[in-house]
Amino acid sequence: MSSELTRMTAAGLSAALASREVSATEVTRAHLDRIAAVDDRVHAFLHVAADSALEQAAAIDERRTAGDDLGPLAGVPVAVKDVFATRGLPTTAGSRILEGWHPPYDATITQRLKQAGAIILGKTNMDEFAMGSSTENSAYGTSRNPWDLDKIPGGSSGGSSAAVAAYEAPLAIGTDTGGSIRQPAAVCGIVGTKPTYGGSSRYGVIAFASSLDTPGPFGRTVLDAALLHEAMSGHDPMDSTSIDAPVPPVVAAAREADVSGMRIGVVAELGGEGYQPGVLARFAESVELLESLGAKVTEVSCPHFRYALPAYYLIAPSECSSNLARFDAMRYGLRVGDDGTRDAEEVMALTREQGFGAEVKRRVILGTYALSSGYYDAYYGKAQQVRTLIIRDFDAAFGQVDVLVSPATPTTAFRIGERVDDPMAMYLADLATIPSDLAGNAAISVPCGLADEDGLPVGLQVMAPAMADDRLYRVAAAAEAAFTRRWGHPLLAEAKGL
Amino acid sequence: MTETLVPYAEATERYEPVIGLETHVELGTRTKMFCGCVTTFGAEPNSQTCPVCLGLPGSLPVVNRTAIEYTIRIGLALNCTIAEWCRFARKNYFYPDMPKNFQISQYDEPLCTDGYLDVEVNGKTVRVGIERVHLEEDTGKSLHVGGATGRIHGAEYSLVDYNRAGIPLVEIVTRPVTGTGADAPVAARLYVTELRDLLRSLGVSDVRMEEGSLRCDVNTSLAPPGAPWGTRTETKNVNSLRSVERAVEFEIERQAAVLDAQGRVKQETRHFHEDNGTTTSGRSKEEAQDYRYFPEPDLVPVAPPRDWVEQIRAALPEAPAKVRARLRTEWNVSAPEMEAIVNAGALDLVRQTVAAGASPADARKWWLGELSRHAHETGMELAALAITPAQVARVAALVSAGTLNDKLARQVIDAVLAGEGDPDEIVKARGLAVVSDEGALTAAVDEAIAANPDVAAKVRAGKIPAAGVLVGAVMKATRGQADAARVRELILQRLT
Repeated sequence: MSSELTRMTAAGLSAALASREVSATEVTRAHLDRIAAVDDRVHAFLHVAADSALEQAAAIDERRTAGDDLGPLAGVPVAVKDVFATRGLPTTAGSRILEGWHPPYDATITQRLKQAGAIILGKTNMDEFAMGSSTENSAYGTSRNPWDLDKIPGGSSGGSSAAVAAYEAPLAIGTDTGGSIRQPAAVCGIVGTKPTYGGSSRYGVIAFASSLDTPGPFGRTVLDAALLHEAMSGHDPMDSTSIDAPVPPVVAAAREADVSGMRIGVVAELGGEGYQPGVLARFAESVELLESLGAKVTEVSCPHFRYALPAYYLIAPSECSSNLARFDAMRYGLRVGDDGTRDAEEVMALTREQGFGAEVKRRVILGTYALSSGYYDAYYGKAQQVRTLIIRDFDAAFGQVDVLVSPATPTTAFRIGERVDDPMAMYLADLATIPSDLAGNAAISVPCGLADEDGLPVGLQVMAPAMADDRLYRVAAAAEAAFTRRWGHPLLAEAKGL
Repeated sequence: MTETLVPYAEATERYEPVIGLETHVELGTRTKMFCGCVTTFGAEPNSQTCPVCLGLPGSLPVVNRTAIEYTIRIGLALNCTIAEWCRFARKNYFYPDMPKNFQISQYDEPLCTDGYLDVEVNGKTVRVGIERVHLEEDTGKSLHVGGATGRIHGAEYSLVDYNRAGIPLVEIVTRPVTGTGADAPVAARLYVTELRDLLRSLGVSDVRMEEGSLRCDVNTSLAPPGAPWGTRTETKNVNSLRSVERAVEFEIERQAAVLDAQGRVKQETRHFHEDNGTTTSGRSKEEAQDYRYFPEPDLVPVAPPRDWVEQIRAALPEAPAKVRARLRTEWNVSAPEMEAIVNAGALDLVRQTVAAGASPADARKWWLGELSRHAHETGMELAALAITPAQVARVAALVSAGTLNDKLARQVIDAVLAGEGDPDEIVKARGLAVVSDEGALTAAVDEAIAANPDVAAKVRAGKIPAAGVLVGAVMKATRGQADAARVRELILQRLT
């Protein structure tokens, strides 16, 4: 029974819990058991909140017995990326500099999950301050890809994608700044969504790049991701960039799963050189599949996408250089060198020297430079202009089609250690995902098969205009249903790493 | 090191000063700029804080609408243009009292621009250009313990109170003020005074310099007449009106000495010392830090709707300068007399006293005379004295009615200030009323004439001034409670 529970979808668990076939406590215990059994190999979690999860589960069971009206996620476990503030649970953002910090408050999304009755299993591993594509930049070790434990699970939300792919949790939340949800989802063979920027609250999410960071859901199915998407989203007055509008009907769209008559654009610039042949083959098949389901496919050009990566690597580091200034040992977190002989400035410098990893320092230095007087216009200013051009490319494209599609990543999961000494190679992992972050619109990655060369999962990316997140689910769910019929089982059933 | 100085008169004979002022005003909003923490002054350190104003990881700012409204109010009162669209920007620098190590401020897109404030300086109107009015958040307050200077360097340890962190702060920057010559220091003081009165009338701040809710940085430069402007220094933390004047004065004297010696004035920040009125060199502007300003990505642009701006404009109170002009006519006082009232901080008090029934002349006389003297002796502000305008008006009424003479009235006022109660209670309790019983008075007069026959004879012989001795005798006999004028009348009736 226990292993069956961990194989169930969130939607399945939700139904079983509602009909009281299983209790939240049983479901939670099953997942805690699974974590205990596999996480020494996967290392998805930085902190397993077994006690508080079981307490939460018991409370949900009690409420259900009492006949309370509970939402669809009540009693369904969820893993939380360690970038979300969780009252009472350690929150490190994958950094040494926050080791041992227990936030005195909950992120809005943490709070919403708790209110929805979701069971918080623990905090998942990530690249330090969400900077990376592999979790290799975590100060607490690298997570493993359940398809092949020698491969990266993607990043920065790699702990969350690994946890879901390893059946340690049916759902997880992450954040996407340059692709940090879609890329790990793609390489782990699961579903991951970057909602519209402003569609999900950033309050309590430790900032990497404020104008890009977007919290979003992971699930093993499109419907599961939609259920979590709906529960975590919506206007938050605590986040000034939050959009005051109803959440797009993502769950309904995932259920409808109908693309007939939809206009789908293939982005000419996201493919070809730099993309793995197996990735391109699965992508081409996906496009044919969508066409066979009744969609009208055309090719569209977004000429400025080629400048997205360099623009991103000016904007994101610039914002992070300022966002990370607060980690100075004065009020919380690590403090180094406070031995009575050093002044505050020296303690700040020593703490930042020892508390931050190499990639974080690289980006802080890059951003500090890009914002400095005399260079601002050439770097940050110019990058913002490029951003505007990318937004215009999207606007023009969405004038012709309802959604855009591309491979989610140029390659499948690469070997741990393979790119750690080559930042540029690492940055290329986000080549296809960055444009949506810069434009602030919505995008999803859904599994579309295995690459012939390595037998590893490939993700299909679907992009939609801002606040049209429901279109993502409509397309992804249609593709998922057709693929599953073709394969005879969910893609993840072929994962053999564990 | 003692600076070489040139005597002020000489300095302003040889050089033209140009001044500029940056004034920081803490707004009197109930809550902070970007969070819901209250802003009460003097609370237990760090008791008015939350994840947002402490800059905890993950926290985000939300703009206080009232702070925007107050800033627009200030901008309109200063004849500024209100931006249709503007943004906040981050000013990045590391300091322990700044929770995020950046300050949310405004950079190249301030909320209000291009205004002016007219200031009366020695009978002349000086139009001070306002370059910009922008909104930002205040920092925490550091207390450096164990050092000689009270500064961070050399301190044994430092304590930080974040109650102030995040309080809305408005910065009002003037354009360079030229052509005031030797009046520059006075002009600087009067500008800040006028600004303070304006802000107070707008109800946007309690503008208490002693509590730091109004703080000034003063820029000064010198150049020979007709020459291009000189290099300016910025004197920080000038925290009283008098200090504003002294700081400019000192910088003029100091910079004149540098220029006289063919030296170069260094562009730098200087610290003002309240104790001796001097400034000393702070950090050099030439090696100033790069604040790496960029638009605050955690906030959306501020675009005040035009109809809202017009509503705010329509609700502006009468400007203090207009109020003064109107009152000058109503009270029939000269410009210098009005200036004296304003400088004494007595304008509102006089107004309230007149409103309570006193004549403008009486109200002015009491507040600028006896009460100012008392305030000066005790080192208090007039408004802080333990007497209300209504009580002053009552004393004036008792004098007009002849119940009190001036001497008795002063005793009553002293008693009110000593907390003995209302004027009427004091008059009753102390038995202070003027002796107006003609019978008793006549008896006292007769007694005095009988006791001083030589003096009486002189008066009879036509030496009227000699009557003063007899008046004094009667006043003494009645313990001052007689109406001296009436006594004199009675004496002269008897003897002439």
